[in-house]
Amino acid sequence: MQGSTVNSTTAIGVEQGHGHGGHSAHPDHRLFGIFVFLVAEAMIFLGLFAAYLTFRAVAPEWPPVGTPKLELLLPGVNTLILISSSFVVHRADEAIKKDDVKGMRLWFAITAAMGAVFLVGQLYEYFHLEFGLTDNLFASTFYVLTGFHGLHVAFGLMLMLAVLWRSRREGHYSSQSHFGIEAAELYWHFVDVIWIILFVLLYLL
Amino acid sequence: MAQAELSTAPAPDIGLPETTPWWKYFTFSTDHKVIGIQYLVTSFIFYMIGGALATAVRLELATPEVDFVSRELYNQLFTIHATIMIFLWIVPAGTGALGNYLIPLLIGAQDMAFPKLNALAFWMIPPGGLLLIMSFFTGTGAAASGWTSYPPLSLVNGKAGEFIWILSVLILGTSSILGAVNFFTTILKMRAPSIKINTMPLFCWAMLAASILILLSTPVLAGALILLSFDLMAGTNFFNPAGGGDPVVYQHMFWFYSHPAVYIMILPVFGTISEILPVHARKPIFGYKAIAYSSMAISFLGLIVWAHHMFTSGTPAWLRMFFMVATMVIAVPTGIKIFGWLATVWGGKIRLNSPMLFALGFISMFVVGGLSGVMVASVPFDIHVHDTYFIVAHLHYVLFGGSVFGLYASIYHWFPKMTGRMLNETWGKIHFVLTFVGFNLCFLPMHYLGLMGMPRRVAEYDPQFATINAICSIGSYILAVSTIPFLVNAIYSWRSGPIAGPNPWNALTLEWTVASPPPEHNFDGVPVPKTGPYDYGFVKQGDRRRKISDLKASDILGGA
Repeated sequence: MQGSTVNSTTAIGVEQGHGHGGHSAHPDHRLFGIFVFLVAEAMIFLGLFAAYLTFRAVAPEWPPVGTPKLELLLPGVNTLILISSSFVVHRADEAIKKDDVKGMRLWFAITAAMGAVFLVGQLYEYFHLEFGLTDNLFASTFYVLTGFHGLHVAFGLMLMLAVLWRSRREGHYSSQSHFGIEAAELYWHFVDVIWIILFVLLYLL
Repeated sequence: MAQAELSTAPAPDIGLPETTPWWKYFTFSTDHKVIGIQYLVTSFIFYMIGGALATAVRLELATPEVDFVSRELYNQLFTIHATIMIFLWIVPAGTGALGNYLIPLLIGAQDMAFPKLNALAFWMIPPGGLLLIMSFFTGTGAAASGWTSYPPLSLVNGKAGEFIWILSVLILGTSSILGAVNFFTTILKMRAPSIKINTMPLFCWAMLAASILILLSTPVLAGALILLSFDLMAGTNFFNPAGGGDPVVYQHMFWFYSHPAVYIMILPVFGTISEILPVHARKPIFGYKAIAYSSMAISFLGLIVWAHHMFTSGTPAWLRMFFMVATMVIAVPTGIKIFGWLATVWGGKIRLNSPMLFALGFISMFVVGGLSGVMVASVPFDIHVHDTYFIVAHLHYVLFGGSVFGLYASIYHWFPKMTGRMLNETWGKIHFVLTFVGFNLCFLPMHYLGLMGMPRRVAEYDPQFATINAICSIGSYILAVSTIPFLVNAIYSWRSGPIAGPNPWNALTLEWTVASPPPEHNFDGVPVPKTGPYDYGFVKQGDRRRKISDLKASDILGGA
C-alpha cells in the first residue's frame, strides 16, 4: 500500500465473539420495518384526507346541493365494533406472551369475526345509499375513501386468518417468537385509527 | 511515507477472487451486491432508451417545422422520456443501485435488513418499465400529457396510454417505498457497533434523508394517481372542473411528491460526492456534521416547498410568499454542502482521474442549476419563465449536470469494487469531455430561449429561435455519442480490465478493506474500522489521532 498513511490492509479488525457466525444472526427488525411501512401507508390516507378537505373548503356548499344525508346508526355501530376489536386483538398479544396459543387463537378469531362484521356492514351501507360513485364530488370521495379503507380492513382480516392458519402447527408461535401476531396487531390498530379519522371527516363534520 | 507517494498503480495480476456467476443476476437473489448491480444495469438500459427518446425530441426540434415526427408522437416522446429518466433511471440508479450496493458495506453489515423485500423491490422495476414502453403500441399511443400528467389534459388524451402510465408509476413508486423501508431500517439498525450514527460515512446520511423523503412523499403521489385513475376509468370528477372537480388539488398532491423527488434524485449523489472527493483529494471531508445535518435539513425543507411549481395556478399571493421564501431557504443547506466540498478539495493533492473529473463537473454544473433554481423560486421571475425553455434548462442542469454527472462519478469510483477490474482512464477522460461539452452545448442556450419566451412541450416554434435550437440539437447528438466510449470501456473492462485489488484508490471506508468484488457476506464477523472514514493525512499513535503535518520525520520513520 505504498506509503498510504493508514495501511488499509490493517484498517479493519474483526470484533471477536460478537457475530454469532450465521448470516441472519442480527436482531429481528421486522416489526420496525412494518412500522416504517405503515408510516408510508398513513401518508396515502393523509394525502386523500387533505384532498377531501380541500374539495370541501373550495366548494361553495358541502356536501353539494341534493346530496342525501348519511345515516349514522349503522356506521356508528360499525365504528364501535372496529374500535373494540383493537382491544380484543391486544388480548391475543397478551395471551401469546404467556405462551397461551389457545387463548391467542380465540382472541384472533373474535377479532377476525368483528372485522368481517364491519366489512359486511359497510357493504350493506353501500347497497342502501341513495347516491352512486359518480353522482357528485362528495359521493366520489366518500366511496373512494371508505372503499380504500375497506380494502385495508380486508387485508388485515387476511393477515389474521393467515396467523390462525399458521398457528395450527405446534410451536409455530411462542412467547419468544410471534412476529406474525404482533405485525397483524400493529396493522389492525393502524386500520382502526385511520377509520376514526375517516368517520369524523365523512360522517360527523 | 509522504502523501505524494500515493499511487493508483494497479495491483499485480493475481486473478480475481471468486465472482458471482453471471446467471445469478437474472435470479431472485437476496445478496445486496447482486441487487445493486441488477438495479444499476437495468436502470442504465432504461437510460439508453430514455436517451434515444430525447434524441428523437431534439431531432424534431432541430428545425422550427413539424417534420421528423407528428405532433401527437412528439408529445408522447417527451412524456415517456421524462418518466423513464426519473422513475427508471435516476431514482433506481441513485437509491436502488448505489444504496443497495454501498450501504451494507459502508456500515459493516453482511446484508440489508430485509433481503427478500429488497429483491422484491428490484423485480418490480423491469415489469413497470416494460409496461411503460409497451404503451407506445396501444391504439392511441403512450401517455402524452407530460410527466406531470395534469388533469384535465391527461383525461382527454388516449385513455389506454394514460392508464398504463399511471399503473407503471404506481408499480415503480411501490418499489421505491419498499426500498426506502429497507434503507431506513438498515442504516438505523444494522450498523456495526463501532460505527456510530455521527461517524458513519456521509453517503449513509444522504440515503437516510432520501429514504425519509420517499417514505413521506411517494404515497401522496400514489393517492393522487388513484384518484386520477378513477377520473380516467370510472367517470368520477375529482380533478375535472367540468364535473365540479378541482384540478389544482391534483397539482398539490403531485408536487407534494414530485418536488421532494428532486431531492430523492440528488441526495444519494450528494452522498457519493462526499465519499469521492476526500479519496481523490487525499484530504478529510470538510465539515462532516454540517454536511450530514444539511442533508436532513434539505429533507425537511424539501417537504414544504412544493407549491413553487404552482405560482401560475392561481395560488394566492400570501401562499406564494411562503413558498418563495421556503424555497430560497433550501439554498442554505445546499450551499453548506457546496462550500464543504470546495473546502475539501482546496489544497488537496488532487488526482484528476475520471471519478474526480465527473465529481468536479458535478459541482460546477449543479451550482449553475442551483442558482437558476433560486431565480425561478422568485415569484415575479417565475411568472415570466413558467413553462418556457428556461425551466427545461434549469431542470437539466440539476438532474443531468447534477444527478447524472454524480452517477457517472460514482460508477467510475466504485466500478473497481463492483467488478474487481479497473476502467480505462483515457477513455474515461474522453467520455467526460464529450459529456461535459455536449451537455453545456445542449442546455446552456436553453436559458436564453426561455428568457426570450420559447414555450416548452411544443413540437414547433418561432423561426427566430432556429439557430439556437440547432446548436442545442448538436449538443444532444454529442451527448448521445458520449455514451459509446463509456459503454465500450465498461463492457471491455468488466471482462478484461487490469485487476484492481481490494483498494486501488487507497481509500479508508470499509468497502475497500475487503476483496474486489467483495465475498458473499462481505465481512467475516463484525468489522471494526481502525480509522474514521475520512482520516486522510492522520495517523494513529497509541490512542491519539495526529495530523501527519504536525509530526517530525523521525516520528514517522520510527526514530531512525
